[in-house]
Amino acid sequence: MEFDRQSELNALRPDLLRFARLQLRDAGAAEDAVQDTMLAALTGGHAFESRSSYKTWLIAILRNKIIDIIRGQSREVAASSLAEDDAGDDLLAESLFDRRGHWQPETRPGRWADPEASFEQQQFWAVFEACLDYLPAKTARVFMMREFLGFETDEICKETGISSSNCWVVLHRARMGLRACLDTKWFAGAGT
Amino acid sequence: MLNCRQATELMSQEQDRGLALSERIGLRLHLWICAGCTNYRRQMAVLRAACRRLGGRDSR
Repeated sequence: MEFDRQSELNALRPDLLRFARLQLRDAGAAEDAVQDTMLAALTGGHAFESRSSYKTWLIAILRNKIIDIIRGQSREVAASSLAEDDAGDDLLAESLFDRRGHWQPETRPGRWADPEASFEQQQFWAVFEACLDYLPAKTARVFMMREFLGFETDEICKETGISSSNCWVVLHRARMGLRACLDTKWFAGAGT
Repeated sequence: MLNCRQATELMSQEQDRGLALSERIGLRLHLWICAGCTNYRRQMAVLRAACRRLGGRDSR
């Protein structure tokens, strides 16, 4: 039996909006992308067996809308603007490692207790999103293109006009920053 | 011998490109003796899994 799609769509709207905002960092553009997605969702599609398959389908549509928007504007994310993000990111690496490039005693990564169990908690996702938001904007953009939109790095290079080695550096910083944030704000002390 | 800082770079890059044989060996040797980086590597996998989950690309 089909569930009520219209009400399901309305219920999922905040999730879609959050997903779009995280990646576009522009409330207006995110609103537009979600609006387009909802329109497409109402006019298309087939029967869905479950809420989760419906949500997956919606996010796939939204992802494509976001990719279109990024393709339209991503030349703005030039190497120069990525350089603006650099200073703060380097500070993080400086604080994590000693002069010889080894972990400081207090920053050495400990075990994260049962991440799968964390995934089941809504509070975890609030922290995760806050940590994504905390990344410098351009760094986050590249990271999201890679991890959420599934771009390969050579596509990211093409879309943003940065070199692949620069891309790897940016992704590395994004992961390091995100890990440090999650470690402090969520996993701290839980498993070590 | 890799230090931890270099190892974290490789652990990020292995998610984006195929590492060269020498890089793989260097990383494996480093992980053999470094618990901190071994944890870091697991956590990189957690980040990727979390992104997949949040982005609806989780295959489960």
